[in-house]
Amino acid sequence: MAYSDKVIDHYNNPRNVGSMDKSDPNVGTGMVGAPECGDVMKLQVKVNPETGIIEDAKFKTFGCGSAIASSSLATEWLRGKTVDEALEIKNTDIVNELSLPPVKIHCSVLAEDAIKAAIGDYKMKAGKTEAVTSSVASN
Amino acid sequence: MKLPIYMDYHATTPMDPRVFEAMKPYFLETFGNAASRNHSFGWEAEEAVEKSRKQIASLIGATAKEIVFTSGATESNNLALKGVAEMYAEKGNHIITAATEHKAILDTCKRLEKHGVRVTYLPVQTNGLVDLEQLQAAITDKTILISVMYANNEIGVIQPIAELGKIAKARGVLLHTDATQAVGKVPVNVIKDNIDLMSLSGHKMYGPKGVGALYVRRKGPRVQLTAQMDGGGHERGMRSGTLNVPGIVGLGEACALCQAEMAEESKRMAHLRDKLRDKLQSELDETYINGTMEHRLPNNLNISFAYVEGESLLMGINDIAVSSGSACTSATLEPSYVLKALGAGDDLAHSSIRFGLGRFNTEEEVDYVAAKVIDVVKKLRDLSPLYEMAKEGIDLSKVQWAAH
Repeated sequence: MAYSDKVIDHYNNPRNVGSMDKSDPNVGTGMVGAPECGDVMKLQVKVNPETGIIEDAKFKTFGCGSAIASSSLATEWLRGKTVDEALEIKNTDIVNELSLPPVKIHCSVLAEDAIKAAIGDYKMKAGKTEAVTSSVASN
Repeated sequence: MKLPIYMDYHATTPMDPRVFEAMKPYFLETFGNAASRNHSFGWEAEEAVEKSRKQIASLIGATAKEIVFTSGATESNNLALKGVAEMYAEKGNHIITAATEHKAILDTCKRLEKHGVRVTYLPVQTNGLVDLEQLQAAITDKTILISVMYANNEIGVIQPIAELGKIAKARGVLLHTDATQAVGKVPVNVIKDNIDLMSLSGHKMYGPKGVGALYVRRKGPRVQLTAQMDGGGHERGMRSGTLNVPGIVGLGEACALCQAEMAEESKRMAHLRDKLRDKLQSELDETYINGTMEHRLPNNLNISFAYVEGESLLMGINDIAVSSGSACTSATLEPSYVLKALGAGDDLAHSSIRFGLGRFNTEEEVDYVAAKVIDVVKKLRDLSPLYEMAKEGIDLSKVQWAAH
């Protein structure tokens, strides 16, 4: 399969790889996917509680090149957005930006799910809303 | 050293230049139809075909008359299974095969099931081998054929064919084996192994694509087949169609070369393969070899790098041609059914890479491949949430994942 230049760029130079302290009340963590499906994404956001702006975003992904690129791109887009703006990121935006072929659309869906899960986790910690735990993995 | 490096010899092999040389005259000069009985063009073609038949027979311990030319192993497998099922329909309607067979066997069996044949798919043990007791237990008075591959195309494990042959013979059942990956790589002998039917292919042994053969035993027992291709009655009526003379010449020459060089070549393959394995395992933790190392083709290494997804690994080593059992690299979006059959778990199937070494690989290439794979696996593990969790001591099998 041929990869788009943008997917290759994110694969070769993934942005914002890493982990933040899960127990920090300002950090929201989303983990979606399953090893037996071949994709697991962990996405974290660090939110400024005063402004509601995402100041940092980190990811780690087990998955194909398109899954790595989708989550890498997501962290780029998340930085500087408010949590509500972040929830407006759609998987189709990722598909378009990375020129993902139809068989790789699920990678973008997973990235959108990871964003929602991370924001949901942050909001739950901040006591702002009900938990959005449907796709958050737990031990 | 030239890039990219080809290390996918189970998929296909380049032709040996000596094979190519042997084939050349049969395109432009000696172009006759081997079935033309009344002029020298036909006679010369026929002579070339008969020479090839002898070369193939010699490699596998058969006689020339027992070789039926086909278009490749897929056709040979189809002919063996469908031909036996039809010919022996009065005797019985039960076939036994294994879960890790090539699709050319499994899909042929599925087709036969639609026509009233009952098929038993033997599971394999975690080492990839069929269990002889299970085989014994599966045989009924309706069983007409056992079809188990000689060596597996993904994990390279070599089935106990001689034992299977003994069992089949004792129970009066025919034994077919798809020996596509084994012939020319390891000693195969249809007499010693009690094989009744055997498929082989040119392009897996440095010969041309589009040509293969089916060995059909003529004595003890005399195996009969119902032809699956109607026409001029070529190949003792078992496979009609004008013979692919240049291809057949190439297949014969490929067999002769394998026979002459196998002892030395298999030693060299095992050395390169073991070197690759040792380098990978000394630098990387949590690697798992799929299938037994004890009964295995000397040129095969199938290894899972835990916490790293196969396609992303292939992407990082894009100047090396290998394959993966990851779903992302298959047309069906399912991880390798062969690895799943070993019971290793889907996650390890997603993380597997198959290295298939061959005649033209060098020591230098192995060093390059090992270094590159180690480098990319380390990089991807830095990126892997699973590796991080495992290092934190979390048991990944206990985590409740959100499947999607």
